[in-house]
Amino acid sequence: MNTVTQSKPESVSRMKTLINKSMSAKPVNFQGEMGATVGSIHADNPRITCRNVNVFYAENHAIQDINLDIGTNEVISLIGPSGCGKSTFLRCLNRMNDTVEGCRVSGEIKIDDVDVYSKHLDVVPLRAQVGMVFQKPNPFPKSIYDNIAYGPKIHGLASTKAELDQIVESSLRKAGLWDEVKDRLDQPGTGLSGGQQQRLCIARTLSVEPEVILMDEPCSALDPIATAKIEQLIDELRQRYTIAIVTHSMQQAARVSQRTAYFHLGKLIEVGKTSDVFTNPLHELTQDYITGRFG
Amino acid sequence: MNNRTDSLSTMEKVRKGIAKRRSAERRFRFYGLTGIVLGLVFVLILFISIIGKGYGAFQQTQIALDIEFLESVIDPNQTRDSKVISRADYNSLIRKSLTKVFPEVKGRRQIRDLNRMISSGAMFQLRDRVLEDPSVIGRSERVWLLASDDYDMLMKGHIERSVPESERRLKDHQVAWVDKLLEQGLIKKRFNTFFFTAGDSRAPEMAGIRGALMGSMYTLFVTLVLSFPIGAATAVYLEEFAPTNKWTDLIEVNINNLAAVPSIVFGLLGLAMFINFFGLPRSAPLVGGLVLTLMTLPTIIIAGRAALKSVPPSIREAALGMGASKLQTVFHHVLPLALPGMLTGTIIGMAQALGETAPLLMIGMVAFIVDIPKGIFDSATVLPVQIYLWADSPERAFVERTSAAIMVLLAFLISMNAVAVFLRKRFERRW
Amino acid sequence: MQTPYLLFTLLILSVLAYFIGKRRSVTVVEGALRELHSLPAYYGYYTALWGLIPALFLMLVWLSFEPTWLAHQTVASLPEEIKSLPSSKLNLQLNNIKNVAAGLQVSQRVDPLIVEAAEHYNRLRKISNFALTLVVLTCSLTGIWLAHKKINKDYRARNVVEKIMTGLMILASTIAIFTTVGIVASVVFESLLFFRQVPFFDFLFGLEWSPQTALRADQVGSSGAFGAVPLFAGTLLISSIALIVAVPIGLMSAIYLSEFAGSKFRSTAKPTLEILAGIPTVVYGFFAALTVAPFIRETGELWGWVVSSESALAAGLVMGIMIIPFVSSLSDDVINAVPQSLRDAAYALGATQAETIKQIILPAALPGIVGSILLAASRAIGETMIVVMAAGLAANLTANPLEAVTTVTVQIVTLLVGDQEFDSPKTLSAFALGLMLFVVTLALNVIALHIVRKYREQYE
Repeated sequence: MNTVTQSKPESVSRMKTLINKSMSAKPVNFQGEMGATVGSIHADNPRITCRNVNVFYAENHAIQDINLDIGTNEVISLIGPSGCGKSTFLRCLNRMNDTVEGCRVSGEIKIDDVDVYSKHLDVVPLRAQVGMVFQKPNPFPKSIYDNIAYGPKIHGLASTKAELDQIVESSLRKAGLWDEVKDRLDQPGTGLSGGQQQRLCIARTLSVEPEVILMDEPCSALDPIATAKIEQLIDELRQRYTIAIVTHSMQQAARVSQRTAYFHLGKLIEVGKTSDVFTNPLHELTQDYITGRFG
Repeated sequence: MNNRTDSLSTMEKVRKGIAKRRSAERRFRFYGLTGIVLGLVFVLILFISIIGKGYGAFQQTQIALDIEFLESVIDPNQTRDSKVISRADYNSLIRKSLTKVFPEVKGRRQIRDLNRMISSGAMFQLRDRVLEDPSVIGRSERVWLLASDDYDMLMKGHIERSVPESERRLKDHQVAWVDKLLEQGLIKKRFNTFFFTAGDSRAPEMAGIRGALMGSMYTLFVTLVLSFPIGAATAVYLEEFAPTNKWTDLIEVNINNLAAVPSIVFGLLGLAMFINFFGLPRSAPLVGGLVLTLMTLPTIIIAGRAALKSVPPSIREAALGMGASKLQTVFHHVLPLALPGMLTGTIIGMAQALGETAPLLMIGMVAFIVDIPKGIFDSATVLPVQIYLWADSPERAFVERTSAAIMVLLAFLISMNAVAVFLRKRFERRW
Repeated sequence: MQTPYLLFTLLILSVLAYFIGKRRSVTVVEGALRELHSLPAYYGYYTALWGLIPALFLMLVWLSFEPTWLAHQTVASLPEEIKSLPSSKLNLQLNNIKNVAAGLQVSQRVDPLIVEAAEHYNRLRKISNFALTLVVLTCSLTGIWLAHKKINKDYRARNVVEKIMTGLMILASTIAIFTTVGIVASVVFESLLFFRQVPFFDFLFGLEWSPQTALRADQVGSSGAFGAVPLFAGTLLISSIALIVAVPIGLMSAIYLSEFAGSKFRSTAKPTLEILAGIPTVVYGFFAALTVAPFIRETGELWGWVVSSESALAAGLVMGIMIIPFVSSLSDDVINAVPQSLRDAAYALGATQAETIKQIILPAALPGIVGSILLAASRAIGETMIVVMAAGLAANLTANPLEAVTTVTVQIVTLLVGDQEFDSPKTLSAFALGLMLFVVTLALNVIALHIVRKYREQYE
């Protein structure tokens, strides 16, 4: 930042106006003491509460002071330009960041009033409780049946083969894949089409009966038809689960979510009802992003 | 929200199994750690066992004797001709001097035992002393002479005094002689220069690694001179010029397979082709170098290609864009950037060649050779083969020499690899 | 002139030729360098290459055939009664002559006939040497002169030099093929001679191995038995022990290093483990024979077992240690090739690390791991020095790891070190064994590389 201001004095003034504008937006910030986020960070019936969450990758301060609640049975979409930290934030919620070497998380994340980053917490039940679907479909190189049955097997959810069959069928049904694959459950999951693979991955996540589902750009590798199917599925799943979805597509965010959070350079800029954020953004950066000036 | 209760019971089930799964996790982790620790322990045991056995060889027991360089024995006709001096009976001088130190020793067998206390190589020490400075003739001088191997072993504690006399190589009276010398400070372990300056010998105390070391140097020289240019040329051709066709595929498959052919098969090739068919001399570093060249080529080629691959295509395009020919591009721009990587591969290949034994046995580099080789056509042996030969010798003192030779070999290998690592670190570029 | 000096002279000549060619190119255009087709240096290279390559080639050919010619001429000059000796005896005489010619006194009393032949041999060698020097230098100078004459301003020296360089590179890259051809030719040719004396199936399926053939007809002793099954069994036994040691340790180390260990531990433990790969096999052999074998024997005695001092166990154990880094670094590559997304998927379902590795990563990596185990097996089968120093010589057909067995490589070494007679099945059998070794290791490698490549493609 220093070098920029030294070499280009005119950028300083631009920066200042930018900062001033965001300051002027402050009156609508209902939680002034919580940082620079505009809009309401609260949800009606919060299941997840995050306070002052910071993530560091070695020296890099990846996300800064995030405060956000996620309500029960709501779909919240996290949007923002590439590298803004939305995926990083998502991966904090089920501690997937633990697998990244040199990653450090501070602050407080509570799911159902249990501190996720407590020293005594075991990540295994946490991840059973908070499922995750990834950007690229990643079925195991096993049969469709074994893909779904893997979670229940390791967690000991089924005591008989019949029970396991039951779980596999209901998970595939919930994911809307049952009719397409019921005759070929013993074939490899990697042989399915991209959209089917992603629904298989969703079914796999559902098989352990999670309470929260995190989705990291679940449709970015899919064609429009497959995307539509997944979006429809997300809408159905809302009845039972709490869902947080990271997406690059604003239309998708508008279609599937009730609330939207806009991230920018590791900061949570604005949160609000999806309709509000898209029709009447409070923050200039949000407006610039959704009108397509950058992103 | 009927799922809520279901889901709770799911979490309960998960929690119930968690302790068992965590202990399985710990067990698995422990197995992993055991694996790696075992591996590291093996490294440690290997080094400790070899250093423990070998460090003693860097010292050698020597006995100080006052030698009278009698003119009547060395050069009775006062010719001072080096031929005459070389042929003199130095052993008699040593015998005389020994009887002075141990006047009480009588009887043929006892005297013979006494004379055997000094190494049979001691006469060469005296001869060299006189050749170096003939004015010593007629004078008396204190000279440190090599003790023979059994006494050396006694001094180093490998022959234990506590063992009953009948099971000991040195009997009580011989041990008593050593004690007497020890009292007078006439027997001592001194730094073993012989080990580094002498060729092979049947007598352990006189055996050194110089001949093998020189043999290794000549062999490696031949290997380097042949394998680096050929390897580099092949790598450059395959990576930069070769069209993708059946012929190139064939070459590549060949190189990959050669990399995995057992080294002894290369020995068979050397024997049948170079020695029997072309009639090259047996036991010569030239043939050894040829065989090792064929062996190390795949390593060098594979490393060279990797180095060339890591040079970004933008550099080639830049040079070609300036109107340089393909060959100019490669030689002026790509090769200099890939050179450190190629050199690293070559050094690693040379280290392999230096440690290789089996194929050299096939081509006769296993002969007992006392003389230090003077060129690539002389009969020679190499360091690893010397280790093999000594390891086969029955004398206890050779165990020590073998370990010491291994230490020297490992020192060379470690420093070569260190240079390779240094080169890689120093010139490693991230594009 | 002696060969090294001749070589040196040639090099000097070609350096001179470089300057001659360069100067010539400058003079033909009278200093107007722009008119030259190529840079002056290329005319220099052109001239130098003409001075060097034909002469060098000639020299190589000459030197390859000189020994054969010399031997032939020397034999031709010998009296009839020696010439008619069988070829093995004749060779012995020839060696004698060569030794005398080289000034090595073989024995005190030398047959005057031999001395005479030796002198003849030396004369011939001198003539040959002189002729070689003359021919090579003439060739070089002619080359330089021709090149020099050809230089003019339109001559495309750069293109020609580049063509020659490319040609040389192609030549270099065919050496790999020649090596393979050479290996195949040398083992197959001698093996065929062997199979003419010993039937192929007797060799492959015979249960008895004792290659000592009687030198004289009246000598006591067997006529030699060449059933290689005990050798194959011994090789298999020792290699199996090695794999039993190396595979679990190597695999577990690779898993621990790539999945559990912190970067600090990894960065020290990995190179330390790889030291094992850089240690010469003769060192392992020494370690096996002098440290491990006595240790095993003493331990066995404590339990009251009879352990041979050259037990298969000692050799196998040490060979296992040797191939640990081989297995671990190959497995490490294979495990790292499993995409992170599969790990993420398993972790996100709540699998523990151990479960992820055992149930997701290892099954996914299995083909690659099998490939690397095959490569390790081929390494173990072809390993020589450890078994030469620590395994036995007697061909026992046994599966007991505490007994001494012998291996294919041990027999090759024993049969070929020392005096060889290329007409006796004893010596030739070594090449037949070498052929077996080559074929088996080659097959293992081809299969392993194929599996590994297929596996890699799956995730690329």
